[in-house]
Amino acid sequence: MKLSVWTYEGPPHVGAMRVATGMKGLHYVLHAPQGDTYADLLFTMIERRNHRPPVSYTTFQARDLGADTANLFKTACQDAYERFQPEAIIVGASCTAELIQDDPGGMAETMGLPVPVIALELPSYQRKENFGADETFFQITRALARKQERTPQVSANLIGPTALGFRHRDDITEVTTLLEEMGIRVNVVAPMGASPSDIAKLGAAHFNVLMYPETGEAACRWMERELGIPFTKTVPIGVGATRDFVREIADITGLTPKLDETRLRLPWYSASVDSTYLTGKRVFLFGDGTHVAAAARIARDEMGFEVVGLGCYNREQARMIRALAKDFDVEAVITDDYLEVETRIRDLAPEMILGTQMERHIGKRLGIPCAVISAPVHVQDFPARYSPQMGIEGANVIFDTWVHPLVMGLEEHLLHMFREDFEFHDDAGASHHGQAAVLRVADPEPEPIASTSAEIIWLSDAEKELRKIPFFVRGKARRNTEHFATERGLNEIGIDTLYEAKAHFAR
Amino acid sequence: MKDFTASNGGCSDTPILRERGQREVFCGLTSIVWLHRKMQDAFFLVVGSRTCAHLLQSAAGVMIFAEPRFGTAILEETDLAGLADAQDELDREVDRLLERRSDIRRLYLVGSCPSEVIKLDLEKAAERMTARYAPRIQVVNFSGSGIETTFTQGEDACLAAMVPLLPETDERQLLLAGALPDVVQDQALDLLEKLGVGPVTVLPSPRADDPVAVGKNTVYALTQPFLGDTHAALSRRGARHIAAPFPFGEEGTTAWLWAIASEFGVDPAHFEAVTAAPRDRARRAVAKAAETLHDKSVFFLPDSQLEIPLARFLTRECGMNAIEIGAPYIHRDLVGPDIAMIESGPTLSEGQDVDLQLDRVRETRPDLTVCGLGLANPLEAEGLTTKWAIELVFTPVHFYEQAGDLAGLFSRPIHRRNVLQMEETA
Repeated sequence: MKLSVWTYEGPPHVGAMRVATGMKGLHYVLHAPQGDTYADLLFTMIERRNHRPPVSYTTFQARDLGADTANLFKTACQDAYERFQPEAIIVGASCTAELIQDDPGGMAETMGLPVPVIALELPSYQRKENFGADETFFQITRALARKQERTPQVSANLIGPTALGFRHRDDITEVTTLLEEMGIRVNVVAPMGASPSDIAKLGAAHFNVLMYPETGEAACRWMERELGIPFTKTVPIGVGATRDFVREIADITGLTPKLDETRLRLPWYSASVDSTYLTGKRVFLFGDGTHVAAAARIARDEMGFEVVGLGCYNREQARMIRALAKDFDVEAVITDDYLEVETRIRDLAPEMILGTQMERHIGKRLGIPCAVISAPVHVQDFPARYSPQMGIEGANVIFDTWVHPLVMGLEEHLLHMFREDFEFHDDAGASHHGQAAVLRVADPEPEPIASTSAEIIWLSDAEKELRKIPFFVRGKARRNTEHFATERGLNEIGIDTLYEAKAHFAR
Repeated sequence: MKDFTASNGGCSDTPILRERGQREVFCGLTSIVWLHRKMQDAFFLVVGSRTCAHLLQSAAGVMIFAEPRFGTAILEETDLAGLADAQDELDREVDRLLERRSDIRRLYLVGSCPSEVIKLDLEKAAERMTARYAPRIQVVNFSGSGIETTFTQGEDACLAAMVPLLPETDERQLLLAGALPDVVQDQALDLLEKLGVGPVTVLPSPRADDPVAVGKNTVYALTQPFLGDTHAALSRRGARHIAAPFPFGEEGTTAWLWAIASEFGVDPAHFEAVTAAPRDRARRAVAKAAETLHDKSVFFLPDSQLEIPLARFLTRECGMNAIEIGAPYIHRDLVGPDIAMIESGPTLSEGQDVDLQLDRVRETRPDLTVCGLGLANPLEAEGLTTKWAIELVFTPVHFYEQAGDLAGLFSRPIHRRNVLQMEETA
């Protein structure tokens, strides 16, 4: 038993729903109690889908237990087939139905439905949403995909995008463009947009692009083994990764690498003088393993940030993230406990968080700007405009997204120059963020600055000086100074200590 | 006071269409989202699965609370396989929680579908923990499981579990049952005070120390139509129910207040003097939204159990025509007075087979469909105007001063569809 306040991932059957809802012509019959239909709203509200997810819930109640839950399942299955006429059906149980052991898969098989019926075994008390999606798509692929003749032209499947995915919709467009530039046709995109008959054609592709290992890796591995289709290992998020991706495809296909960079703006934007202020910004990264790994590379190599910590919530990627953390010389946080992530962020006191919607809330509370790089998703993560993460445009989008929450270049200097000013003061906030400007109170009651360490006392002149430092770097200045004092065995901080520390930490 | 029964006898004799099939509703755990705001020293600990935690998070919509006063003790494989004693595990998690949260005075152990199916005895656990933490913390068990409760029934189960634990009193008093937003509750108490009705206590109380007692001289009024078990529990304690239409809209509020006022022997002239001004305000506020709603048709899919009183408000005070009024459960003892006030004509349905019901929606093409969040956008995409039912539970809508807001919740979607001027794709 483990107490959970907020969760990064839903149960595995929600992963199966992400596959089913992304696809066409597939129906999911879910043995589940009343109330599990809440999951529909994730798709219709967060993603603004204009159709109900193709899911029939058996909706059993207490009075059905021990009576006829099995019959209820059969009826739901038969009704779903007749009403929706799907090309294939997947059947499974949610957490409660797993306990009553009705065996939906076995029952559905005996019903003699004239379409393929694929049984899912998703252990609700061990695994989570990403596993559910990965396993479901794997089972569908294994049931329907067959070895066949390759397309005459070099072609690829795009594997992994699902409903409720972080920017999956636009990533598909971007990757399709990357492939087209090299003369590669897209054979099938799956699960998103694919029907069971499309899944049957997966075998015609020359290779698979594994866009999201979280939701497509098991299927890609199976297709490699059983259908002889190789798959890409690079996820093209960021400038360097996109270039590597193109090279990897050239290696797989024997085609000449080709990448049209005329629309690529990240490198110049990052090199331009206004971006100088980004140098060495201390960032903390958290999300799913794939997006965190990509973001870490961009943060360090393409934005010039300093990565002070990173981690992921999906244990499936723990090994990869630990290796990456080693490379960045930081300690990895592998946890799905949101309070643990919050504690780590508080301890590291980064200047920026690149995380999920959960970290955005942590950032709000701690006063640290945050840009969202990964699922779990929120309605904001489905913008009306085109905003991929992958490829050329993805890199441009990422530059904008990450810079926006920060106080911008010249503004940072103005805040330094006019820090006592009645408009440019601590509580005024960045001018491009939409909160009401707060004018400075003529004679504010200064709150005492609490030392983060019990043994160290701030003398009043030093405390006054510390207040003059702009709010967005004050926390760092305070911690650095205290750290400096502790190292030297000082228990009082005066103005000199403050500036000694400043000189010591100068970069 | 005038008789409110509808001119054609109302819907009291209308046969109820009972359906059984897929239900597009939340489970009772959802009630925790508002109960924990109402009871500021309470923690709601769901003993359940990852699905329960995910539901609470999704239903809460946004994560605005640093560390909310609800959480899920997620059952794991070891708990189910009997490798770990679930009761011991629960004790450990509760110890840890209460150690961290010294502000907690009331702990609710909330049963879920999995905990009910594996027959984890939370009542026993609550007794054990109450003994352990008394007198500082009271531990109470109720079930919010989907196999037993629908959406707002979670609040009913919670309040019903509290009733047997209330101290006994012989005092002649009025007890109001139902969690209301503070602003609304204050208005109600103010009106009752002006009428000279008192003393009044409210269940649930905001804090553990607020005195709430019950006994044979207690009369009670419900402010929410979904409190069937609470109603039964209060009756078992010897308290007497004041049946009335629910306090939505000018008419509903007046009828509800009058039922209480008569019980307490309030003079009709005094009642008129106290209620005249707010009644007039409510009528004027409703009239504005009613311009949009007049002669429009409405179809209620089952959701919060507020459907029947709201249909009464919309048909009588806003001039709408109800096509179907669907509710998860219909408690005649509670909503009987409202049913009698609705002119016969609409279908009354209880339970749900969502696909069949949606067929009826598509066939009748109502001007407004009141439904859950899972169905709203798909119906909008079919050209039907919808109102998300969950907003009716989260927004202050009771009593006179909110009558206009309540009507506005229904008129806004229709108004919006009128203001948007975009050509269909060629």
